[in-house]
Amino acid sequence: MIGVLNLQGGVVEHLDHLERLGIPCIPVKDPADFCRLSGLIIPGGESTCMSRLMRIFGIEEVILREFKRGMKIWGTCAGTILLAKSIVGEPAYLSLIDIEIERNSFGSQLDSFVSEACIPQVAPYLLPLIFIRAPKITRAGEGVNVLLRMEDYIAAAESPNVLVTVFHPELTGCVAFHRYFAKKCGFDPLDQKSLPAIDPAWNSKSWTRQARITRS
Amino acid sequence: MDKKRYELNVQLAQMLKGGVIMDVTNVEQAKIAEEAGAVAVMALERVPADIRKQGGVARMSDPAMILEIKKAVSIPVMAKARIGHFVEAQILESLKIDYIDESEVLTPADEESHIDKTKFSIPFVCGCRNLGEALRRIAEGAAMIRTKGEAGTGNVVEAVRHIRTVNREIRQLVGMPVEEVTGYAKANGMPYELALQVRELERLPVVNFAAGGIATPADAALMMQLGCDGIFVGSGIFKSNNPALRARAIVKATAYYNDPAKVLEASMGLGEAMPGLEIAEIPPGQLLAGRGW
Repeated sequence: MIGVLNLQGGVVEHLDHLERLGIPCIPVKDPADFCRLSGLIIPGGESTCMSRLMRIFGIEEVILREFKRGMKIWGTCAGTILLAKSIVGEPAYLSLIDIEIERNSFGSQLDSFVSEACIPQVAPYLLPLIFIRAPKITRAGEGVNVLLRMEDYIAAAESPNVLVTVFHPELTGCVAFHRYFAKKCGFDPLDQKSLPAIDPAWNSKSWTRQARITRS
Repeated sequence: MDKKRYELNVQLAQMLKGGVIMDVTNVEQAKIAEEAGAVAVMALERVPADIRKQGGVARMSDPAMILEIKKAVSIPVMAKARIGHFVEAQILESLKIDYIDESEVLTPADEESHIDKTKFSIPFVCGCRNLGEALRRIAEGAAMIRTKGEAGTGNVVEAVRHIRTVNREIRQLVGMPVEEVTGYAKANGMPYELALQVRELERLPVVNFAAGGIATPADAALMMQLGCDGIFVGSGIFKSNNPALRARAIVKATAYYNDPAKVLEASMGLGEAMPGLEIAEIPPGQLLAGRGW
């Protein structure tokens, strides 16, 4: 089972992608939810908000405990900030991957942008990349594998147990990163060779499937 | 605004889901809000309760004040422009804040037309009392919607009325055969294509927050359980007698809205909430929700 940290932010977007790959997944926010997870996604959102809630409700120590047990973690955007060992100008939170990160590094929403890149370890195609008020990874320490370097910063990196992306694969039709993380967690996603990196059935409103007014 | 830019703007709002956006009037309040876990701040000179009390024309805030707040926090900064005042919006765009609220809390500058938001790169959030109003704003280019409620009252009754109305109309659309949508959309002032989209998605196509009258953790959890994607708190925090404590409590209750034990915990010992106003006692000319159409 892969959990998506459900305190705030882009939760349903990640659940939608995992479901597309047929991977069992749940939103998690109570300490008891974490014990059977092989992987955890910390989504995009506001890292200060998530960090406060994690601390108040004892989620931080649960994540650290389950990480020691072997749970893999993927952080997107704000999630990356929470996982970094060093944050420019402020104390770190979970400190689970040796990278230095600079918060909100591109400017305001007017500087948010779309790009694309090929990341051979993840998929042999050009992948769409969405940066929203994104941070920059400014340094990667020893034992951290840089997956994508762009201009003056690192946009994706991994260690054996942690994956970080400062962009948002869950906001595109790209399922390659979710497949890559699922493999890291020990899953063998269905049809992974035959499935394209971009799910043609996805569109920018797909997240709403998980957030209908008529649900329940 | 091209389609990609619009999608990016809708997506920023998606990243705010489950969070609380707080009205702040100075740097100190902005820092309290950020520290408490707000996902964004709304920078303005007077909170709605004071605008209501002081009367007069309420305009866009001094850009210098908004800029100071922008420098003080790392979370997104929003600011309000008057309904229809596209030059105030141009100024806020030049200021490079993150979101503009075309807001009925300020005195409307145009009683016939809202801002053509498609001309801008910066995203807009707009208020609504019903589904037709929400869809008209989206047709004009709004990337995020909020219920209007009745700002500055500390009374949640209008916000509840507005989200219940939006949800009822969505359920009606979902339940009707497609040939009835044309007439329903016409009768309720809904752009037809957007009505069809709502029927298919079974919700608004953009993020919808609650606003207008939320004053307690219980109010926030109520609006979340009614199906809102997040919460705006205007006067409710900095008009209470312990803003930092109340701000943290509303953030907690919004995240754990469906866990009564945690909402209970968040509700304990907060001191006095802002003084509330009975809607029936407000002279009709001073109701804010009726501004805009």
